[in-house]
Amino acid sequence: MIYDICTIFWRDWLVLRRRMFRFILSRMITPILYLVAFGWGRGRMFAGGDGNYLDFIVPGIIALNSMNISFNAVGSPLNISRLFYKTFDEYLIAPISPVAFVLGKVLAGLVKGLLSSIVMIGVALIFKANIVVNFWFVLVIIMNCIIFAAIAVVAALKMNSHEDMNNCNTYILLPMSFLCGTFFAAEELPTALRWFIELLPLTHTSLLLRSIASTGYVSIYSVSILLLYIIGALLLAVKTVIDCKE
Amino acid sequence: MIQIENLAKKFDNHTAIDDLSLHIRRGEAFGLLGPNGAGKTTLIRILSMLTKPTSGNVMINGWNLSAAEEKIKSIIGVVPQSYNLDVDLTAWENIELHGRLHHVPQNVRRKKIREMLSFVDLQERASDKVASFSGGMKRRLMIARALLHEPEILYLDEPTVGLDPQVRRKLWDLIRLMNNNGLTVILTTHYIEEAENLCQRVAFMDKGILIACDSPNALCATMGKFVVEWTADDFVTKQQYFSERVQAANFSTSLPNAAVIRRVNLEDVFVELTGRKVGMP
Ligand SMILES: Nc1ncnc2c1ncn2[C@@H]1O[C@H](COP(=O)(O)OP(=O)(O)OP(=O)(O)O)[C@@H](O)[C@H]1O
Ligand SMILES: [Mg+2]
Repeated sequence: MIYDICTIFWRDWLVLRRRMFRFILSRMITPILYLVAFGWGRGRMFAGGDGNYLDFIVPGIIALNSMNISFNAVGSPLNISRLFYKTFDEYLIAPISPVAFVLGKVLAGLVKGLLSSIVMIGVALIFKANIVVNFWFVLVIIMNCIIFAAIAVVAALKMNSHEDMNNCNTYILLPMSFLCGTFFAAEELPTALRWFIELLPLTHTSLLLRSIASTGYVSIYSVSILLLYIIGALLLAVKTVIDCKE
Repeated sequence: MIQIENLAKKFDNHTAIDDLSLHIRRGEAFGLLGPNGAGKTTLIRILSMLTKPTSGNVMINGWNLSAAEEKIKSIIGVVPQSYNLDVDLTAWENIELHGRLHHVPQNVRRKKIREMLSFVDLQERASDKVASFSGGMKRRLMIARALLHEPEILYLDEPTVGLDPQVRRKLWDLIRLMNNNGLTVILTTHYIEEAENLCQRVAFMDKGILIACDSPNALCATMGKFVVEWTADDFVTKQQYFSERVQAANFSTSLPNAAVIRRVNLEDVFVELTGRKVGMP
């Protein structure tokens, strides 16, 4: 089992290692743009008023960035390999358990999500953000990556065209990136929408990261919600792999 | 080795395999022939456990398909119809991935990979990306991959489609060699001479139904030994079958047009059995 998880991860690691430099470079672009546009840009416009806005959005950007990277690093290649290259069959033919496949893929997504988070934190520090990165901070990023890597497995195996896969990004990830307490607190939203937003995992990731980065406070409630999402997403991913047999 | 009983596979609105029963013996090379959409790939996918049958029973090596999934997976090798190599990896890495997935222990893996690559004549390209390979090279690599974990049964779904005659012949030799070493081979093909050349027995499928299954010689014998072939005035090629050469010769001289007398081959049987059904005259 452990061996099979390593095998799945080994394949993704081989490919990642070869593209490491390009991977890191490309992962820096989006967060830098976010920081420049929303942090620096807004910070200057409202100079004096909301001086800590940079500190406010950096945890949010780390949250949305780790979500996007872990989702797309797992989802798109898996979707293409299933629909276009048909390499996914090679895993279904092998005597490995669906659990091992899911965990291996999630692990690969986690590593990519973490790598890009490190890049992101580095960039934030260059922008002189005041954030505390401790054990809990890293743990929350890890949980966030696991959730979205597992959801990516589900999406990649359910979506029957690459366009549908892109639509997941446009209709689900992108709105979440902006609304889930990343650039502004969810409290500022209308009540109904707020209730909905507060059910989503990314909201809790942003909340946790922000409170840990500024005061060190860890909300057990939010951590429990993320844990529930992890369990749910992993179970759903395993079920999706099992259902892949027509 | 493989026992298929009353197998059926229905997709939403149509039947891909209909009440098929078949017994494939250990160590034999078995050919599956049939027009496009006959259900050959579907059958192979069921036998490789990629698709679940709607009904029926399949036993491989005495194990029930649904009950002993992992055990069966370790004794089958599959070369699918489409090239499904991992284009991000090199030839070596593709095979190594397969070895890891099939739990080939590390100490024998390196040796096996080297052995398999030279078996299919790709040792010099081991560290090249698969994306740069030609169709024949990819197909050979897929065979090497499928054999790495030393399966007892090999499924080849149209292994020689799109290959040039030299490469095709090389692949035939390869398949014959593996079969001689005791491997049970099940192959689907549209090239009838391929099945005639390689297989001890062939099955004809059409629209999911098994219409004939026997050795190529026995199948040919059902038609008669000789065939007279001529082009009629309306440009339609016609055949007439005879069991004796004399009868065939007599018949051909009675024809107004030029005619050819030759031995019946498997293609005649195939056309006779499948062609008539799709509404040909
Ligand atoms: N996933 C699927 N969903 C719906 N129908 C399918 C599916 N796979 C195959 N079929 C149908 O099953 C029938 C048999 O297809 P199959 O691929 O087994 O044919 P084949 O004999 O391999 O043909 P070819 O020689 O073209 O490869 C076809 O009518 C096909 O449309
Ligand atoms: Mg086919």
